[in-house]
Amino acid sequence: METNSQSPEVVLDVDNLTTEFQTPEGLGRAVDGLSFNINKGETLGIVGESGCGKSITALSILRLVPSPPGNIAGGSVRLGNRDLMQISEREMRDVRGNDISMIFQEPMTSLNPVLTLGYQITETLRRHEGLAKHEATARAIEMLALVQIPAPERRVKEFPHQLSGGMRQRAMIAMALSCNPRVLIADEPTTALDVTVQAQVLDLIKDLQERLGTAVILITHDLGVVAETAQRVIVMYAGRKVEEAPVESLFANPQHPYTRGLLASVPRLGATTGAHSSDSRPARLAEISGIVPPLTEIPSGCAFAPRCKQATEKCTAAQPPLEETEHPGHRVACWHTDKVAV
Amino acid sequence: MSDAPILQVKDLKKHFLLRKGLFGGVSGRVHAVDGVSFDIGAAETLGLVGESGCGKSTVGRTVLRLLNPTAGTIHVHGTDISTMGARALRPLRRQMQIIFQDPFSSLDPRMKAGDIVGELLSVHNVGDTRSDRRARVAELFSHVGLREDQMNSYPHEFSGGQRQRLGIARALSLNPEIIICDEPVSALDVSIQAQVINLLADLQAEFGLSYLFIAHDLAVVEHIAHRVAVMYLGRIVEFAEKHELFSNAQHPYTESLLDAVPVPDPTIKHTRRRLQGDVPNPIDRPSGCHFHTRCPYAEERCRVEEPILKEVAPGHLAACHLK
Repeated sequence: METNSQSPEVVLDVDNLTTEFQTPEGLGRAVDGLSFNINKGETLGIVGESGCGKSITALSILRLVPSPPGNIAGGSVRLGNRDLMQISEREMRDVRGNDISMIFQEPMTSLNPVLTLGYQITETLRRHEGLAKHEATARAIEMLALVQIPAPERRVKEFPHQLSGGMRQRAMIAMALSCNPRVLIADEPTTALDVTVQAQVLDLIKDLQERLGTAVILITHDLGVVAETAQRVIVMYAGRKVEEAPVESLFANPQHPYTRGLLASVPRLGATTGAHSSDSRPARLAEISGIVPPLTEIPSGCAFAPRCKQATEKCTAAQPPLEETEHPGHRVACWHTDKVAV
Repeated sequence: MSDAPILQVKDLKKHFLLRKGLFGGVSGRVHAVDGVSFDIGAAETLGLVGESGCGKSTVGRTVLRLLNPTAGTIHVHGTDISTMGARALRPLRRQMQIIFQDPFSSLDPRMKAGDIVGELLSVHNVGDTRSDRRARVAELFSHVGLREDQMNSYPHEFSGGQRQRLGIARALSLNPEIIICDEPVSALDVSIQAQVINLLADLQAEFGLSYLFIAHDLAVVEHIAHRVAVMYLGRIVEFAEKHELFSNAQHPYTESLLDAVPVPDPTIKHTRRRLQGDVPNPIDRPSGCHFHTRCPYAEERCRVEEPILKEVAPGHLAACHLK
């Protein structure tokens, strides 16, 4: 689809992004030469385990990486015709919350507990759109209604602790979308929520995206959420992109051993139904042995090699390049895709 | 599983009183657990699922007598422990252990891993000498897939999955018969989650452990449990053998919980009836069937009359007027 002549409008183009952290054990690369782009109205899923660099990627795009110890060591992030890595901090402030906004995992810690919801939503509106107080409040109420919060006129005067977890996340979404951003970065937006509320929030994001044409970067570890929400997926491991594909292709033909391992280790609903009698032992889940390496000990070759069953000498010697597979738009960084693809 | 149950819980209630003002007058009551009954047999896993705030963790804690029940009985091997004094309870505590959700906050950061795992041995005076205990700890480490030399490390040197293994080793140290697993894998990454689930299944097969497996992830529960109880606002609304529950859910709440689970397969686009709103306030619960405020099928009767948990198929209980 992406190789077509009528290319869709790219809103954000990340190229060779590298973010490093100074740790007591030495310099570690949290994001290592990551490149991707996202089109208008598209949802791009970024998946991987904790510590693989998903959240640091998001923070790097917004230049919110705490420095020190963090440092964006290289690469560019193009929004329209500007490189966000080159503009001044002052200009960057106009981008955050206006062109690109972000919602976080834990809505209780990312809302200010001593300010009303109304104040927190209108803050962005007044800052970016220069609305007067009463205009901004009217918009805030409108936004809260848009995210289906009942009685928005009352809620706008309330404090975060007066809302349930699901409502807080809705309020965060209202805040993030209030200035009509071109890109919304959602970092594990539903991880802290119950499944029923998660379903509501995902529906809401999808619905608003369709209406407003926002591009969404959805960072998650939940493959189910990705399958239901994203059109394209990037799989990250140890700060690098190991696989990228349209969502159907990724789930139908996962190429990288890590992606395969992730997919196999998820317990699936209905997997055991009717399969065998009740008192037999549950089938074993596929495991990926070992753990994600710490930042300072990322192996020089393929970072996944120490945990990979297919690994050979070649894998420990050199880092595999990201290469196109036979499936359109599906790229993978593995020396042995021929062996993996059974 | 057909033998006498190891744990038998009957009409368990745990209410928390809300106090207010200088003299602590009772201003309200949280019905965290409100009449819950179940039993668990040897080497059986009972899954307990529900949304946050439905009382599932309180059930686990009350069963262990970490909280005192307001009413109801808890029989362990036929002995009622619900009102037992602390001293009498002590030997029975060895039979029941708990694994917590968060492996980061449930381990003392200033204790060595070996001491954390061996602490219960000293508390209960197991083993004659220090070296006896040390040997037992080493054995436990190998059971849960940790290296013996890691006994001298501190919790921060372990990854999340390894910490959860420490928690499991500690729970195993006194050879318990039943382990309450309170969201044991929800803080872990999927690949690590699979390791821990497999470990729990192996240990069950090896030592004949029974688990009360409390979780909100239905796919995990389906994988590991034999029977499943679904809780809503302090009550069990559906109870069935695993395959029956997941293939033939009767209660509308169970139905919507199952519907809401995201499926890791992009080719399946299911049309769902979304459950609207949040779990109601447990201080001021809806009348009649507690679920009627969110139920797509609710009728007048559901608003007034409380449904009782009744058998809808052999071994399958549901609390719904419409079934």
